[in-house]
Amino acid sequence: MTTLNTLCLSVLGLAVGVSASSTAQAQTDKSSIRPFRISIPDKALADLRRRILATQWPEKETVADESQGVPLATMRELARYWATDYDWRKVEATLNALPQFITNIDGLDIHFIHVHSKHKNALPLVINHGWPGSVIEQLKLVDRLVNPTAHGGSAADAFDVVIPSMPGYGFSSKPTTTGWGPEHMGRAWAQLMKRLGYSRYVAQGGDWGAFVVDQMGLQAPQGLLAIHTNMPATVPADVDKALLAGAPAPSGLSADEKRAYQQLERTFKQVEYARYMAARPQTLYGIADSPVGLAAWLLDHNDADGQPAAAVVAALSRTTSQTGELTRGEILDNITLYWLTNTGVSASRLYWEYKGGFFNAKGVKIPVAVTVFPGEQYEAPRSWTERAYPKLIYYNRVTKGGHFAAWEQPQIFAAELRAAFRSLRSQEQLGNAR
Amino acid sequence: MTETLTEVARARGNAGSDIRPFRARFPEAELTDLRRRIKATRWPDRETVPDATQGVRLETMHALAEYWGTRHDWRKAETRLNSFPQFITEIDGLDIHFIHVRSKHPDALPLIITHGWPGSVIEQLKVIEPLANPTAQGGTAADAFHVVVPSLPGYGFSGKPTAPGWDPPRIARAWTELMKRLGYQQFVAQGGDWGNAVSEQMALQAPPELLGIATNMAATVPADINTAILAGGAPPADLSKDERRAWNQLSFFYSKGLGYANEMALRPQTLYGIVDSPVGLAGWILDHDAASQALIARVFAGEREGLTRDDILDNITLYWLTNTAISSARLYWDNRETATSGFFDVKNVTIPVAVSAFPDELYQAPRSWAEKAYPKLIHYNKLDKGGHFAAWEQPELFVAELRTGFTSLRKDART
Repeated sequence: MTTLNTLCLSVLGLAVGVSASSTAQAQTDKSSIRPFRISIPDKALADLRRRILATQWPEKETVADESQGVPLATMRELARYWATDYDWRKVEATLNALPQFITNIDGLDIHFIHVHSKHKNALPLVINHGWPGSVIEQLKLVDRLVNPTAHGGSAADAFDVVIPSMPGYGFSSKPTTTGWGPEHMGRAWAQLMKRLGYSRYVAQGGDWGAFVVDQMGLQAPQGLLAIHTNMPATVPADVDKALLAGAPAPSGLSADEKRAYQQLERTFKQVEYARYMAARPQTLYGIADSPVGLAAWLLDHNDADGQPAAAVVAALSRTTSQTGELTRGEILDNITLYWLTNTGVSASRLYWEYKGGFFNAKGVKIPVAVTVFPGEQYEAPRSWTERAYPKLIYYNRVTKGGHFAAWEQPQIFAAELRAAFRSLRSQEQLGNAR
Repeated sequence: MTETLTEVARARGNAGSDIRPFRARFPEAELTDLRRRIKATRWPDRETVPDATQGVRLETMHALAEYWGTRHDWRKAETRLNSFPQFITEIDGLDIHFIHVRSKHPDALPLIITHGWPGSVIEQLKVIEPLANPTAQGGTAADAFHVVVPSLPGYGFSGKPTAPGWDPPRIARAWTELMKRLGYQQFVAQGGDWGNAVSEQMALQAPPELLGIATNMAATVPADINTAILAGGAPPADLSKDERRAWNQLSFFYSKGLGYANEMALRPQTLYGIVDSPVGLAGWILDHDAASQALIARVFAGEREGLTRDDILDNITLYWLTNTAISSARLYWDNRETATSGFFDVKNVTIPVAVSAFPDELYQAPRSWAEKAYPKLIHYNKLDKGGHFAAWEQPELFVAELRTGFTSLRKDART
């Protein structure tokens, strides 16, 4: 990096230098792919610590549980750690140890991690994060997928991995006009994979990433062999209608379907944060200006195990993990990324952009692989999944993991991706052989 | 500020029913800190639309912060507040702050006015003097009120509940207790927003001392209409013009305008950002309803309308200095725990009710619905201007409404 390419990140008027390669300015070609490294100025980190320490706090909640939101004691302890012992530079180094790039797609700079496997027949895979996530959700997956022989897999399991930051998220640019919903992202990711020279690839996603891969599945761009989702949209139209109307479960549901219905009923009662962001994202000035305000807003995402998600709550008291389970440090890595890139509001705007249904079957016709994690918003029954995705190539219910599956259970998640796409690889090899 | 409050409390001892004088006085350091925070605001990027459909626009917030951080003078609001007799008294274990102005006219009708969210007693300051002293303000002695304006629990200078349960019925019982403690044997109640919810609960409890209520946010929506709107269907063909307009307003509110209320009802404690960030608080408060938000945006764009920049910032500053953003939001949570019907659902109030229907309220209650909702409707008027913050925005109309609204009850009170 010889010159500085400032990506319009500013913290309190400080320019946050994000260095990219000198080729960025030399090349006017918008489709160029420029190497990217993160380098947050010390001043931005000092300012963050100062703000955390100067937090004006509310009084304690009036209940003894989490039913009014993230409890004061939780936030106070998190803030204490964040302002004193937490070290952003560690995750910055982890990110910078991976090849990262920026390329302009449809007028917007898109940041992505791109790691080639050393194995020749690696399957190209684009993985989409969600809200309140970032590429940090996927960090523990990268080596497991790219270098399977070091993680109990075989060379035949290898992937070339591409992990973009969604528009308005992380180090991607913030849209200044409307129109960057999942449909647009789906097209952009197809363009990205093509630009990287991949003529055949697969896509994966959960949360918003699941919406994006469903859209890719609908768009069925040339080269997209299949998608894998850990938040499948399978709800049949009549069931979805009953859910939205707040009606009781329709008769004739199987036990699994009835359970899914009840889980979705619960989810729809919990997701006021999503409805708020869908209606008034710009009004969330408090999450742009207050680190603790941002942290609480990001923490309070629900899943089937709780609100905040049980895995996230558990992580807040876990300092290290040998098996890759979520730790306090990782939670703060993600929140700090949102803070330093000032993307609290720009990320929220994705909810405003999207006007479609949530868990309803979208009509994807290409091959689809599904992993059902028990703590996801709902456990998609096999029956609904088979109807939603007529070319279902893989369906598995695993025993551990919630909404942030890749982040919470990277071992299981990596194993799922290997198994999910295995059938495609053999077909690919056959195809290549012919 | 709470030092002032607790000093007075300590001086008076702990006898619960004491009524202690109160004055607001915040240390200079807190005002300096507020200005410092406003100037150090870290801003998001601009909305991606040329209107307010994504929330309060960045340019509105920039203009507000510029004025707030440099020109707004809290001491003026404090002085004005302190020009009214204010008190604290403990009711049901909680300190309740209130303004209490007795009219010089002996037959004045005692009136308790309840503010709402995101309001405070500051909403009512313009109407106190005309109500208490009508002869100086275009009325007659027969129009006079003794005026009591309390701060809701968790709001302004009232105490913050430390346990759940301060829902509108409990607040209503507290208000009746307050009026009786002040020596009023017969009184009326008025409110909009939460103030309406509290007044209607008082009416449902119907203590013998309560002669009637007045509301500027009446709950009149018939059950079948409510169900139909929530289902998102087309309006019934037989709606009158006024009913049709109310339908459209309610449809908009339920589908696009209720997010803040639902979030506060579900996760009030998660709103740390509105406690820690003055601009975050201001944005959240400004975005109450579309019409008020638009009016406030015009005011900060330089137009002169019902509210001034100082009005708006006096109220927001009160929330900031008392650190009541979350404690006030919690009223939505407490209500949700116990409420058996929605905000605008008919509650079956059987005592006398006066309704003032302002056009830019969340919905303008049609006379036909008001007559069905309140069998003892003693007054109904459809006004041609004014919105959700009627007392604050259109004080003259509001005062005239209260005078005519309660005229018939005064005769009852005297006989």
